[in-house]
Amino acid sequence: MSRMVSTRDVYGETLVKLGEEHQEIVALDCDLSGSTRSALFGKKFPQRFFNMGVSEQDMMSTAAGLASSGKVPFASTFAIFASGRAWEQIRLCICLPCLNVNVVASHGGLTVGEDGATHQANEDLAIMRALPNMTLVVPADAVETERMVRSIYAHQGPVYLRLARNKYPVLFDDSYKFELGKANVIRDGKDLAIIATGYMVSKSLEAAQKLSEQGLEACVVNMSTIKPLDAECVTEVARKTGAVLTVEEHSIIGGLGSAVAEALGESYPVPMMRMGIRDTFGVSGHPEELLEHYGLSVQHIVEEAGKLMRRKAG
Amino acid sequence: MATGVDSGVIKDLKKKALQTRIDVLKMLCEAGSGHTGGSLSVVEILVSLYFFKMKYRSDQPKWPERDRFVLSKGHGAPALYSVLCRAGYFPEDYLNSLRKLGGLLQGHPESRMTPGVEVCTGSLGQGLSQANGIALALKMDGKPSRVYALMGDGELQEGQIWEAAMTSSHYLLDNLCAIVDHNKFQIDGPVEQIMSIYPLRDKWEAFGWYVEDIDGHNFDAIIGALKRAEEEKDRPSLIIANTVKGKGISFIEDQNKYHGVAPDKDELDRALAELQEAKLKL
Repeated sequence: MSRMVSTRDVYGETLVKLGEEHQEIVALDCDLSGSTRSALFGKKFPQRFFNMGVSEQDMMSTAAGLASSGKVPFASTFAIFASGRAWEQIRLCICLPCLNVNVVASHGGLTVGEDGATHQANEDLAIMRALPNMTLVVPADAVETERMVRSIYAHQGPVYLRLARNKYPVLFDDSYKFELGKANVIRDGKDLAIIATGYMVSKSLEAAQKLSEQGLEACVVNMSTIKPLDAECVTEVARKTGAVLTVEEHSIIGGLGSAVAEALGESYPVPMMRMGIRDTFGVSGHPEELLEHYGLSVQHIVEEAGKLMRRKAG
Repeated sequence: MATGVDSGVIKDLKKKALQTRIDVLKMLCEAGSGHTGGSLSVVEILVSLYFFKMKYRSDQPKWPERDRFVLSKGHGAPALYSVLCRAGYFPEDYLNSLRKLGGLLQGHPESRMTPGVEVCTGSLGQGLSQANGIALALKMDGKPSRVYALMGDGELQEGQIWEAAMTSSHYLLDNLCAIVDHNKFQIDGPVEQIMSIYPLRDKWEAFGWYVEDIDGHNFDAIIGALKRAEEEKDRPSLIIANTVKGKGISFIEDQNKYHGVAPDKDELDRALAELQEAKLKL
Protein backbone atom coordinates (compact mmCIF):
# COMPACT_ATOMS: atom_id res chain seq x y z
CA MET A 1 0.00 0.00 0.00
CA SER A 2 1.29 3.43 -0.96
CA ARG A 3 1.79 6.16 1.57
CA MET A 4 -1.42 8.23 1.99
CA VAL A 5 -1.04 12.01 1.97
CA SER A 6 -3.63 14.77 1.99
CA THR A 7 -3.51 17.12 -1.01
CA ARG A 8 -4.92 19.86 1.23
CA ASP A 9 -1.91 19.61 3.52
CA VAL A 10 0.43 19.85 0.56
CA TYR A 11 -1.44 22.90 -0.71
CA GLY A 12 -1.14 24.68 2.63
CA GLU A 13 2.55 23.88 3.01
CA THR A 14 3.41 24.79 -0.57
CA LEU A 15 1.55 28.08 -0.32
CA VAL A 16 3.63 29.03 2.72
CA LYS A 17 6.85 28.26 0.81
CA LEU A 18 5.64 30.25 -2.20
CA GLY A 19 4.65 33.07 0.13
CA GLU A 20 8.21 33.26 1.40
CA GLU A 21 9.49 33.54 -2.15
CA HIS A 22 6.89 35.96 -3.51
CA GLN A 23 5.70 38.97 -1.54
CA GLU A 24 2.76 39.61 -3.86
CA ILE A 25 0.99 36.39 -2.88
CA VAL A 26 -2.03 36.90 -0.63
CA ALA A 27 -4.54 34.36 0.64
CA LEU A 28 -8.26 34.63 1.33
CA ASP A 29 -10.62 32.18 2.92
CA CYS A 30 -14.25 32.00 3.99
CA ASP A 31 -14.14 30.70 7.54
CA LEU A 32 -12.80 27.32 6.41
CA SER A 33 -9.10 28.06 6.64
CA GLY A 34 -8.50 25.15 8.99
CA SER A 35 -10.08 22.73 6.54
CA THR A 36 -8.62 24.19 3.36
CA ARG A 37 -5.21 24.60 5.08
CA SER A 38 -4.91 28.24 4.07
CA ALA A 39 -4.62 28.86 7.82
CA LEU A 40 -0.97 27.81 7.54
CA PHE A 41 -0.36 30.82 5.29
CA GLY A 42 -2.44 33.02 7.59
CA LYS A 43 -0.34 32.04 10.59
CA LYS A 44 2.91 32.73 8.79
CA PHE A 45 1.79 35.92 7.01
CA PRO A 46 -1.08 37.47 8.99
CA GLN A 47 -0.80 40.76 7.10
CA ARG A 48 -1.30 38.98 3.78
CA PHE A 49 -4.18 36.76 4.84
CA PHE A 50 -7.82 37.84 4.73
CA ASN A 51 -10.49 35.80 6.40
CA MET A 52 -13.66 37.04 4.75
CA GLY A 53 -16.09 35.25 7.01
CA VAL A 54 -18.85 33.18 5.45
CA SER A 55 -19.15 35.22 2.25
CA GLU A 56 -17.87 33.50 -0.86
CA GLN A 57 -19.21 36.04 -3.33
CA ASP A 58 -17.50 38.89 -1.52
CA MET A 59 -14.29 36.84 -1.32
CA MET A 60 -14.05 36.22 -5.06
CA SER A 61 -14.75 39.85 -5.97
CA THR A 62 -12.33 41.09 -3.32
CA ALA A 63 -9.70 38.71 -4.67
CA ALA A 64 -10.29 40.27 -8.09
CA GLY A 65 -9.72 43.74 -6.65
CA LEU A 66 -6.47 42.58 -5.06
CA ALA A 67 -5.37 40.96 -8.34
CA SER A 68 -6.20 44.09 -10.32
CA SER A 69 -3.78 45.89 -7.99
CA GLY A 70 -0.87 43.52 -8.57
CA LYS A 71 -1.40 40.93 -5.85
CA VAL A 72 -1.63 37.20 -6.62
CA PRO A 73 -4.52 35.90 -4.54
CA PHE A 74 -5.17 32.29 -3.59
CA ALA A 75 -8.85 32.19 -2.62
CA SER A 76 -9.82 29.00 -0.81
CA THR A 77 -13.05 27.45 0.29
CA PHE A 78 -14.96 24.22 -0.29
CA ALA A 79 -15.53 23.34 -3.94
CA ILE A 80 -19.31 23.50 -3.66
CA PHE A 81 -19.19 27.13 -2.48
CA ALA A 82 -16.24 28.24 -4.61
CA SER A 83 -17.80 27.01 -7.82
CA GLY A 84 -21.50 27.32 -7.13
CA ARG A 85 -22.07 30.14 -4.70
CA ALA A 86 -19.55 32.45 -6.32
CA TRP A 87 -19.81 31.36 -9.96
CA GLU A 88 -20.89 34.68 -11.33
CA GLN A 89 -18.36 36.62 -9.28
CA ILE A 90 -15.66 34.37 -10.74
CA ARG A 91 -17.10 34.94 -14.19
CA LEU A 92 -17.45 38.73 -14.08
CA CYS A 93 -14.71 39.90 -11.75
CA ILE A 94 -12.02 37.28 -12.45
CA CYS A 95 -12.47 35.51 -15.80
CA LEU A 96 -13.70 38.42 -17.93
CA PRO A 97 -10.68 40.60 -17.10
CA CYS A 98 -8.49 37.45 -17.02
CA LEU A 99 -7.01 38.21 -13.61
CA ASN A 100 -4.41 36.18 -11.74
CA VAL A 101 -6.72 34.71 -9.15
CA ASN A 102 -6.18 31.13 -8.04
CA VAL A 103 -9.40 29.63 -6.76
CA VAL A 104 -8.41 26.69 -4.59
CA ALA A 105 -11.45 24.51 -4.02
CA SER A 106 -10.99 21.83 -1.42
CA HIS A 107 -13.49 19.08 -0.62
CA GLY A 108 -14.36 18.39 -4.25
CA GLY A 109 -16.40 15.39 -5.34
CA LEU A 110 -18.23 12.53 -3.70
CA THR A 111 -15.48 11.69 -1.21
CA VAL A 112 -16.51 14.63 0.98
CA GLY A 113 -18.49 11.69 2.29
CA GLU A 114 -20.50 11.97 5.46
CA ASP A 115 -21.53 15.61 4.97
CA GLY A 116 -23.80 14.43 2.18
CA ALA A 117 -25.22 15.83 -1.04
CA THR A 118 -25.30 19.44 0.18
CA HIS A 119 -21.51 19.52 0.41
CA GLN A 120 -20.47 17.17 -2.40
CA ALA A 121 -19.41 19.22 -5.42
CA ASN A 122 -20.01 16.86 -8.33
CA GLU A 123 -20.75 19.61 -10.82
CA ASP A 124 -17.92 22.05 -10.20
CA LEU A 125 -15.72 21.04 -13.12
CA ALA A 126 -18.66 21.41 -15.51
CA ILE A 127 -19.58 24.91 -14.47
CA MET A 128 -16.00 26.12 -14.16
CA ARG A 129 -15.02 24.57 -17.50
CA ALA A 130 -17.66 26.64 -19.26
CA LEU A 131 -15.92 29.88 -18.27
CA PRO A 132 -13.66 31.50 -20.90
CA ASN A 133 -10.07 32.18 -19.74
CA MET A 134 -10.39 29.63 -16.92
CA THR A 135 -7.78 26.91 -16.39
CA LEU A 136 -8.94 23.82 -14.53
CA VAL A 137 -6.61 21.47 -12.67
CA VAL A 138 -7.06 18.43 -10.44
CA PRO A 139 -4.03 16.67 -8.91
CA ALA A 140 -3.77 12.90 -8.63
CA ASP A 141 -1.47 12.85 -5.62
CA ALA A 142 0.60 14.88 -3.18
CA VAL A 143 3.63 15.20 -5.44
CA GLU A 144 1.56 16.53 -8.29
CA THR A 145 -0.24 18.93 -5.93
CA GLU A 146 3.03 20.57 -4.98
CA ARG A 147 4.08 20.99 -8.63
CA MET A 148 0.61 22.23 -9.53
CA VAL A 149 0.43 24.92 -6.85
CA ARG A 150 3.76 26.29 -8.07
CA SER A 151 2.61 26.15 -11.70
CA ILE A 152 -0.64 27.97 -11.10
CA TYR A 153 1.20 30.72 -9.25
CA ALA A 154 3.37 31.23 -12.33
CA HIS A 155 0.43 31.02 -14.74
CA GLN A 156 -1.05 34.32 -15.91
CA GLY A 157 -4.84 34.13 -15.67
CA PRO A 158 -7.53 32.54 -13.53
CA VAL A 159 -7.19 28.97 -12.28
CA TYR A 160 -9.56 26.61 -10.48
CA LEU A 161 -7.64 23.99 -8.50
CA ARG A 162 -9.78 21.18 -7.16
CA LEU A 163 -8.58 19.38 -4.05
CA ALA A 164 -10.22 16.72 -1.93
CA ARG A 165 -10.97 16.02 1.69
CA ASN A 166 -9.57 12.50 1.79
CA LYS A 167 -5.94 11.41 1.62
CA TYR A 168 -4.58 10.10 -1.66
CA PRO A 169 -1.97 7.37 -2.22
CA VAL A 170 1.34 8.85 -3.34
CA LEU A 171 1.77 7.75 -6.96
CA PHE A 172 4.73 9.74 -8.18
CA ASP A 173 8.33 10.20 -7.11
CA ASP A 174 10.40 13.37 -7.04
CA SER A 175 11.22 13.10 -10.73
CA TYR A 176 7.55 13.70 -11.65
CA LYS A 177 7.05 16.62 -13.97
CA PHE A 178 3.81 18.55 -14.18
CA GLU A 179 3.09 20.95 -17.00
CA LEU A 180 -0.17 22.89 -17.23
CA GLY A 181 -2.20 21.61 -20.17
CA LYS A 182 -0.18 18.41 -20.57
CA ALA A 183 -1.56 14.97 -19.76
CA ASN A 184 0.74 12.26 -18.48
CA VAL A 185 0.55 8.69 -19.76
CA ILE A 186 1.48 6.88 -16.56
CA ARG A 187 0.99 3.32 -17.78
CA ASP A 188 1.30 1.99 -21.32
CA GLY A 189 -1.18 -0.40 -22.86
CA LYS A 190 -2.47 -1.29 -26.30
CA ASP A 191 -6.01 -2.56 -25.69
CA LEU A 192 -7.81 0.45 -24.23
CA ALA A 193 -7.07 3.82 -22.68
CA ILE A 194 -8.32 4.80 -19.25
CA ILE A 195 -8.28 8.57 -18.88
CA ALA A 196 -8.77 9.60 -15.27
CA THR A 197 -8.43 12.60 -13.03
CA GLY A 198 -7.91 13.22 -9.30
CA TYR A 199 -8.48 10.34 -6.93
CA MET A 200 -9.70 8.16 -9.80
CA VAL A 201 -6.18 8.01 -11.22
CA SER A 202 -5.01 5.70 -8.44
CA LYS A 203 -8.18 3.62 -8.78
CA SER A 204 -7.59 3.37 -12.53
CA LEU A 205 -4.01 2.22 -12.02
CA GLU A 206 -5.25 -0.52 -9.70
CA ALA A 207 -7.89 -1.50 -12.24
CA ALA A 208 -5.27 -1.60 -15.01
CA GLN A 209 -3.23 -4.00 -12.90
CA LYS A 210 -6.24 -6.29 -12.49
CA LEU A 211 -7.05 -6.04 -16.20
CA SER A 212 -3.48 -7.01 -17.01
CA GLU A 213 -3.92 -10.15 -14.92
CA GLN A 214 -6.89 -10.93 -17.18
CA GLY A 215 -4.81 -10.36 -20.29
CA LEU A 216 -5.99 -6.85 -21.14
CA GLU A 217 -3.40 -4.10 -21.35
CA ALA A 218 -4.86 -0.71 -20.44
CA CYS A 219 -3.00 2.52 -20.93
CA VAL A 220 -3.67 4.96 -18.07
CA VAL A 221 -3.63 8.72 -18.61
CA ASN A 222 -3.51 11.17 -15.72
CA MET A 223 -5.54 14.08 -17.08
CA SER A 224 -4.68 16.57 -14.39
CA THR A 225 -5.47 19.61 -16.52
CA ILE A 226 -9.14 19.41 -17.45
CA LYS A 227 -8.96 22.73 -19.30
CA PRO A 228 -7.24 23.39 -21.61
CA LEU A 229 -7.59 19.69 -22.39
CA ASP A 230 -4.57 17.93 -23.87
CA ALA A 231 -6.56 16.88 -26.97
CA GLU A 232 -3.40 15.74 -28.69
CA CYS A 233 -2.75 13.13 -26.02
CA VAL A 234 -6.41 12.07 -26.03
CA THR A 235 -6.39 11.56 -29.79
CA GLU A 236 -3.09 9.72 -29.65
CA VAL A 237 -4.21 7.18 -27.05
CA ALA A 238 -7.53 6.74 -28.88
CA ARG A 239 -5.67 6.06 -32.11
CA LYS A 240 -3.31 3.64 -30.38
CA THR A 241 -5.91 1.65 -28.44
CA GLY A 242 -9.24 2.18 -30.24
CA ALA A 243 -11.25 2.43 -27.00
CA VAL A 244 -11.43 5.12 -24.32
CA LEU A 245 -12.80 4.95 -20.79
CA THR A 246 -12.97 8.13 -18.70
CA VAL A 247 -13.16 7.98 -14.91
CA GLU A 248 -13.87 10.95 -12.66
CA GLU A 249 -15.28 11.74 -9.26
CA HIS A 250 -17.75 14.16 -10.86
CA SER A 251 -20.96 14.12 -12.85
CA ILE A 252 -20.69 12.50 -16.26
CA ILE A 253 -22.14 15.79 -17.52
CA GLY A 254 -19.64 18.51 -18.26
CA GLY A 255 -16.45 17.27 -16.64
CA LEU A 256 -13.56 15.12 -17.84
CA GLY A 257 -15.74 12.62 -19.71
CA SER A 258 -17.52 15.37 -21.59
CA ALA A 259 -14.26 17.12 -22.43
CA VAL A 260 -12.72 13.91 -23.78
CA ALA A 261 -15.89 13.04 -25.73
CA GLU A 262 -15.93 16.52 -27.26
CA ALA A 263 -12.30 16.19 -28.32
CA LEU A 264 -12.67 12.68 -29.74
CA GLY A 265 -15.95 13.50 -31.45
CA GLU A 266 -14.17 16.16 -33.47
CA SER A 267 -10.89 14.33 -34.01
CA TYR A 268 -10.97 10.57 -33.77
CA PRO A 269 -14.20 8.94 -32.56
CA VAL A 270 -13.73 5.53 -30.97
CA PRO A 271 -15.99 3.50 -28.66
CA MET A 272 -15.95 5.24 -25.29
CA MET A 273 -17.60 5.13 -21.88
CA ARG A 274 -17.80 7.85 -19.26
CA MET A 275 -17.60 6.70 -15.66
CA GLY A 276 -18.72 9.21 -13.06
CA ILE A 277 -21.79 10.18 -11.12
CA ARG A 278 -24.69 9.53 -13.44
CA ASP A 279 -26.72 12.73 -13.18
CA THR A 280 -27.81 12.29 -9.59
CA PHE A 281 -27.06 13.76 -6.16
CA GLY A 282 -24.86 12.04 -3.62
CA VAL A 283 -25.82 10.89 -0.13
CA SER A 284 -24.03 10.65 3.20
CA GLY A 285 -21.65 7.78 3.71
CA HIS A 286 -18.01 6.80 4.05
CA PRO A 287 -16.03 7.94 0.99
CA GLU A 288 -15.03 4.44 -0.14
CA GLU A 289 -18.57 3.15 0.42
CA LEU A 290 -19.88 6.00 -1.70
CA LEU A 291 -17.50 5.23 -4.55
CA GLU A 292 -18.74 1.65 -4.44
CA HIS A 293 -22.37 2.79 -4.25
CA TYR A 294 -22.04 5.12 -7.26
CA GLY A 295 -20.11 2.66 -9.38
CA LEU A 296 -16.63 4.14 -9.08
CA SER A 297 -14.70 1.33 -7.38
CA VAL A 298 -11.72 -0.48 -8.88
CA GLN A 299 -13.96 -3.44 -9.64
CA HIS A 300 -16.43 -1.21 -11.46
CA ILE A 301 -13.63 0.17 -13.65
CA VAL A 302 -12.52 -3.39 -14.47
CA GLU A 303 -16.08 -4.32 -15.45
CA GLU A 304 -16.64 -1.22 -17.59
CA ALA A 305 -13.33 -1.86 -19.32
CA GLY A 306 -14.52 -5.39 -20.16
CA LYS A 307 -17.81 -4.07 -21.58
CA LEU A 308 -15.96 -1.47 -23.60
CA MET A 309 -13.63 -4.12 -25.04
CA ARG A 310 -16.65 -6.11 -26.20
CA ARG A 311 -18.02 -2.99 -27.93
CA LYS A 312 -14.65 -2.38 -29.51
CA ALA A 313 -14.66 -5.94 -30.85
CA GLY A 314 -18.07 -5.11 -32.37
CA MET B 1 -22.55 73.95 2.73
CA ALA B 2 -19.56 76.19 2.12
CA THR B 3 -16.45 74.38 1.09
CA GLY B 4 -14.31 77.35 0.20
CA VAL B 5 -14.16 76.18 -3.37
CA ASP B 6 -13.78 79.10 -5.75
CA SER B 7 -16.99 80.01 -7.57
CA GLY B 8 -15.10 79.98 -10.85
CA VAL B 9 -14.13 76.38 -10.21
CA ILE B 10 -17.74 75.46 -9.50
CA LYS B 11 -18.83 77.20 -12.69
CA ASP B 12 -16.29 75.20 -14.65
CA LEU B 13 -17.56 71.96 -13.08
CA LYS B 14 -21.10 72.91 -14.08
CA LYS B 15 -19.92 73.39 -17.66
CA LYS B 16 -18.29 69.98 -17.56
CA ALA B 17 -21.51 68.47 -16.24
CA LEU B 18 -23.40 69.96 -19.18
CA GLN B 19 -20.82 68.54 -21.58
CA THR B 20 -21.15 65.12 -19.91
CA ARG B 21 -24.93 65.21 -20.34
CA ILE B 22 -24.52 66.18 -24.00
CA ASP B 23 -22.06 63.30 -24.51
CA VAL B 24 -24.27 60.81 -22.70
CA LEU B 25 -27.38 61.65 -24.71
CA LYS B 26 -25.55 61.69 -28.04
CA MET B 27 -23.81 58.38 -27.27
CA LEU B 28 -27.04 56.69 -26.23
CA CYS B 29 -28.95 58.00 -29.25
CA GLU B 30 -26.15 56.85 -31.57
CA ALA B 31 -26.04 53.44 -29.85
CA GLY B 32 -29.83 53.10 -29.99
CA SER B 33 -29.92 51.46 -26.56
CA GLY B 34 -28.58 51.94 -23.05
CA HIS B 35 -29.43 53.42 -19.67
CA THR B 36 -30.39 57.07 -19.89
CA GLY B 37 -31.92 57.84 -16.48
CA GLY B 38 -29.17 56.36 -14.31
CA SER B 39 -26.41 57.85 -16.48
CA LEU B 40 -27.81 61.35 -16.09
CA SER B 41 -28.27 61.05 -12.31
CA VAL B 42 -24.56 60.37 -11.65
CA VAL B 43 -23.12 63.23 -13.70
CA GLU B 44 -22.23 65.68 -10.89
CA ILE B 45 -20.73 62.86 -8.83
CA LEU B 46 -18.47 61.72 -11.67
CA VAL B 47 -17.53 65.27 -12.66
CA SER B 48 -16.60 66.06 -9.04
CA LEU B 49 -14.40 62.98 -8.86
CA TYR B 50 -12.67 63.23 -12.22
CA PHE B 51 -12.35 67.01 -12.52
CA PHE B 52 -11.83 68.02 -8.93
CA LYS B 53 -11.02 65.24 -6.49
CA MET B 54 -9.13 62.33 -7.97
CA LYS B 55 -5.43 62.08 -8.81
CA TYR B 56 -4.68 60.29 -12.07
CA ARG B 57 -2.68 60.54 -15.24
CA SER B 58 -4.84 59.85 -18.24
CA ASP B 59 -1.78 59.38 -20.46
CA GLN B 60 -0.62 56.72 -18.01
CA PRO B 61 -3.82 54.84 -17.03
CA LYS B 62 -1.94 52.42 -14.75
CA TRP B 63 0.04 55.12 -12.91
CA PRO B 64 0.61 53.39 -9.54
CA GLU B 65 -0.15 56.47 -7.44
CA ARG B 66 -3.57 57.08 -8.98
CA ASP B 67 -6.84 57.17 -7.11
CA ARG B 68 -9.24 54.45 -8.28
CA PHE B 69 -12.86 54.60 -9.32
CA VAL B 70 -15.22 51.63 -9.52
CA LEU B 71 -18.60 52.07 -11.21
CA SER B 72 -20.44 49.36 -9.34
CA LYS B 73 -23.67 50.42 -11.07
CA GLY B 74 -22.11 49.49 -14.40
CA HIS B 75 -25.14 50.53 -16.42
CA GLY B 76 -24.09 54.13 -15.82
CA ALA B 77 -21.22 53.44 -18.23
CA PRO B 78 -22.04 56.23 -20.72
CA ALA B 79 -21.42 58.88 -18.05
CA LEU B 80 -18.14 57.22 -17.07
CA TYR B 81 -17.01 57.02 -20.69
CA SER B 82 -17.77 60.69 -21.18
CA VAL B 83 -15.68 61.83 -18.21
CA LEU B 84 -12.85 59.43 -19.08
CA CYS B 85 -12.83 60.83 -22.61
CA ARG B 86 -12.90 64.47 -21.46
CA ALA B 87 -10.18 63.64 -18.90
CA GLY B 88 -8.00 62.53 -21.79
CA TYR B 89 -8.03 58.74 -21.52
CA PHE B 90 -9.14 58.31 -25.13
CA PRO B 91 -10.13 60.42 -28.15
CA GLU B 92 -13.59 61.86 -28.64
CA ASP B 93 -14.41 59.66 -31.63
CA TYR B 94 -14.44 56.62 -29.33
CA LEU B 95 -17.72 57.91 -27.94
CA ASN B 96 -19.48 56.99 -31.17
CA SER B 97 -18.47 53.35 -30.71
CA LEU B 98 -20.56 52.75 -27.58
CA ARG B 99 -22.20 49.31 -27.68
CA LYS B 100 -20.99 48.68 -31.23
CA LEU B 101 -19.13 45.65 -32.55
CA GLY B 102 -15.45 46.43 -32.71
CA GLY B 103 -15.77 49.41 -30.35
CA LEU B 104 -13.85 49.75 -27.11
CA LEU B 105 -16.79 51.13 -25.16
CA GLN B 106 -18.76 48.06 -24.12
CA GLY B 107 -22.37 48.18 -22.91
CA HIS B 108 -21.04 47.82 -19.38
CA PRO B 109 -17.51 48.68 -18.18
CA GLU B 110 -14.68 46.25 -18.99
CA SER B 111 -11.19 46.88 -17.75
CA ARG B 112 -9.45 45.13 -20.62
CA MET B 113 -11.37 47.09 -23.24
CA THR B 114 -11.45 50.71 -22.12
CA PRO B 115 -8.49 52.79 -20.87
CA GLY B 116 -9.22 54.13 -17.39
CA VAL B 117 -11.74 51.44 -16.46
CA GLU B 118 -10.32 49.62 -13.41
CA VAL B 119 -12.52 46.51 -13.10
CA CYS B 120 -15.47 44.77 -14.75
CA THR B 121 -18.92 45.67 -13.48
CA GLY B 122 -22.48 45.58 -14.71
CA SER B 123 -23.90 42.60 -12.94
CA LEU B 124 -24.95 44.49 -9.83
CA GLY B 125 -23.57 44.11 -6.35
CA GLN B 126 -19.98 43.23 -7.18
CA GLY B 127 -18.22 46.59 -7.37
CA LEU B 128 -17.93 47.36 -3.67
CA SER B 129 -16.16 44.05 -3.01
CA GLN B 130 -13.72 44.79 -5.82
CA ALA B 131 -13.14 48.27 -4.43
CA ASN B 132 -12.39 46.66 -1.06
CA GLY B 133 -9.79 44.43 -2.71
CA ILE B 134 -8.14 47.45 -4.32
CA ALA B 135 -8.24 49.36 -1.02
CA LEU B 136 -6.64 46.42 0.82
CA ALA B 137 -3.87 46.19 -1.78
CA LEU B 138 -3.19 49.94 -1.56
CA LYS B 139 -2.93 49.73 2.22
CA MET B 140 -0.59 46.73 2.02
CA ASP B 141 1.62 48.71 -0.34
CA GLY B 142 1.52 51.77 1.90
CA LYS B 143 0.03 53.94 -0.84
CA PRO B 144 -2.04 57.01 0.05
CA SER B 145 -4.31 56.65 -2.98
CA ARG B 146 -8.04 56.56 -2.42
CA VAL B 147 -10.74 54.30 -3.81
CA TYR B 148 -14.20 55.48 -4.85
CA ALA B 149 -17.10 53.15 -5.59
CA LEU B 150 -20.42 54.33 -7.00
CA MET B 151 -23.46 52.15 -6.40
CA GLY B 152 -27.09 52.43 -7.41
CA ASP B 153 -29.85 52.49 -4.82
CA GLY B 154 -31.65 49.48 -6.32
CA GLU B 155 -28.27 47.76 -6.30
CA LEU B 156 -28.29 47.83 -2.50
CA GLN B 157 -30.84 45.00 -2.66
CA GLU B 158 -27.99 42.67 -3.66
CA GLY B 159 -26.80 40.65 -0.67
CA GLN B 160 -23.18 40.91 -1.70
CA ILE B 161 -23.25 44.66 -1.05
CA TRP B 162 -23.79 43.92 2.63
CA GLU B 163 -21.10 41.26 2.70
CA ALA B 164 -18.79 43.89 1.25
CA ALA B 165 -20.05 46.56 3.66
CA MET B 166 -18.95 44.32 6.54
CA THR B 167 -15.57 43.74 4.93
CA SER B 168 -14.88 47.45 4.42
CA SER B 169 -15.44 48.29 8.05
CA HIS B 170 -13.88 45.08 9.42
CA TYR B 171 -10.64 45.88 7.61
CA LEU B 172 -10.81 49.59 8.59
CA LEU B 173 -10.76 50.74 4.98
CA ASP B 174 -10.63 54.49 5.54
CA ASN B 175 -9.10 54.85 2.07
CA LEU B 176 -12.48 53.85 0.63
CA CYS B 177 -15.41 56.14 -0.07
CA ALA B 178 -18.57 54.61 -1.45
CA ILE B 179 -21.34 56.69 -2.94
CA VAL B 180 -24.97 55.73 -3.47
CA ASP B 181 -26.70 57.32 -6.44
CA HIS B 182 -30.00 57.59 -4.62
CA ASN B 183 -32.32 58.44 -7.51
CA LYS B 184 -35.21 56.51 -5.89
CA PHE B 185 -35.99 54.38 -8.93
CA GLN B 186 -35.06 50.95 -10.21
CA ILE B 187 -36.05 49.34 -13.47
CA ASP B 188 -39.42 48.02 -12.31
CA GLY B 189 -40.45 51.15 -10.42
CA PRO B 190 -39.82 53.16 -7.24
CA VAL B 191 -37.25 51.47 -4.98
CA GLU B 192 -39.50 51.87 -1.97
CA GLN B 193 -42.30 49.93 -3.71
CA ILE B 194 -40.18 47.22 -5.30
CA MET B 195 -38.05 46.38 -2.23
CA SER B 196 -37.46 48.98 0.41
CA ILE B 197 -33.85 49.69 1.31
CA TYR B 198 -34.71 51.98 4.20
CA PRO B 199 -33.60 53.16 6.69
CA LEU B 200 -30.55 53.76 4.56
CA ARG B 201 -28.36 55.87 6.84
CA ASP B 202 -29.07 53.67 9.87
CA LYS B 203 -28.18 50.53 7.96
CA TRP B 204 -24.78 51.80 6.85
CA GLU B 205 -24.02 53.32 10.24
CA ALA B 206 -24.90 49.98 11.84
CA PHE B 207 -22.38 48.37 9.51
CA GLY B 208 -19.69 50.68 10.88
CA TRP B 209 -19.56 53.35 8.20
CA TYR B 210 -19.28 57.13 8.42
CA VAL B 211 -22.37 58.35 6.52
CA GLU B 212 -23.29 61.66 4.88
CA ASP B 213 -26.59 62.45 3.23
CA ILE B 214 -26.29 65.15 0.55
CA ASP B 215 -27.75 66.71 -2.59
CA GLY B 216 -26.06 64.67 -5.30
CA HIS B 217 -26.33 67.43 -7.90
CA ASN B 218 -24.76 70.17 -5.78
CA PHE B 219 -21.02 70.47 -6.37
CA ASP B 220 -20.34 72.24 -3.08
CA ALA B 221 -22.14 69.48 -1.21
CA ILE B 222 -20.39 66.67 -3.09
CA ILE B 223 -16.95 68.19 -2.73
CA GLY B 224 -17.52 68.88 0.96
CA ALA B 225 -18.64 65.31 1.61
CA LEU B 226 -15.69 63.87 -0.33
CA LYS B 227 -13.34 66.02 1.73
CA ARG B 228 -14.82 64.95 5.05
CA ALA B 229 -14.71 61.31 3.93
CA GLU B 230 -11.00 61.72 3.32
CA GLU B 231 -10.49 63.00 6.85
CA GLU B 232 -12.26 60.02 8.40
CA LYS B 233 -9.92 57.55 10.12
CA ASP B 234 -10.27 53.80 10.63
CA ARG B 235 -13.63 53.45 8.96
CA PRO B 236 -15.00 53.64 5.43
CA SER B 237 -17.28 56.47 4.31
CA LEU B 238 -20.60 56.36 2.52
CA ILE B 239 -22.15 59.31 0.76
CA ILE B 240 -25.87 59.02 0.12
CA ALA B 241 -26.17 61.28 -2.91
CA ASN B 242 -29.79 62.25 -3.34
CA THR B 243 -30.26 62.57 -7.06
CA VAL B 244 -32.94 62.80 -9.72
CA LYS B 245 -33.13 60.05 -12.27
CA GLY B 246 -32.73 61.59 -15.72
CA LYS B 247 -31.47 64.85 -14.17
CA GLY B 248 -31.10 67.82 -16.45
CA ILE B 249 -33.67 67.01 -19.12
CA SER B 250 -37.23 68.07 -18.25
CA PHE B 251 -39.04 65.26 -20.03
CA ILE B 252 -36.65 62.54 -18.79
CA GLU B 253 -36.40 63.58 -15.13
CA ASP B 254 -38.16 61.05 -12.88
CA GLN B 255 -39.63 59.33 -15.94
CA ASN B 256 -38.63 55.79 -15.19
CA LYS B 257 -39.38 54.52 -18.69
CA TYR B 258 -35.98 56.00 -19.59
CA HIS B 259 -34.22 53.59 -17.20
CA GLY B 260 -33.05 51.36 -20.02
CA VAL B 261 -34.19 53.30 -23.08
CA ALA B 262 -32.08 55.60 -25.24
CA PRO B 263 -33.42 58.89 -26.61
CA ASP B 264 -34.45 58.87 -30.26
CA LYS B 265 -33.32 61.61 -32.66
CA ASP B 266 -36.22 63.91 -31.86
CA GLU B 267 -35.79 63.49 -28.11
CA LEU B 268 -32.07 64.08 -28.50
CA ASP B 269 -32.66 67.37 -30.32
CA ARG B 270 -35.09 68.56 -27.66
CA ALA B 271 -32.70 67.51 -24.90
CA LEU B 272 -29.73 69.24 -26.51
CA ALA B 273 -31.80 72.42 -26.88
CA GLU B 274 -32.53 72.33 -23.14
CA LEU B 275 -28.87 71.84 -22.33
CA GLN B 276 -27.91 74.68 -24.67
CA GLU B 277 -30.32 76.94 -22.82
CA ALA B 278 -28.87 75.84 -19.48
CA LYS B 279 -25.40 76.63 -20.75
CA LEU B 280 -26.41 80.18 -21.61
CA LYS B 281 -27.73 80.66 -18.08
CA LEU B 282 -24.41 79.67 -16.48
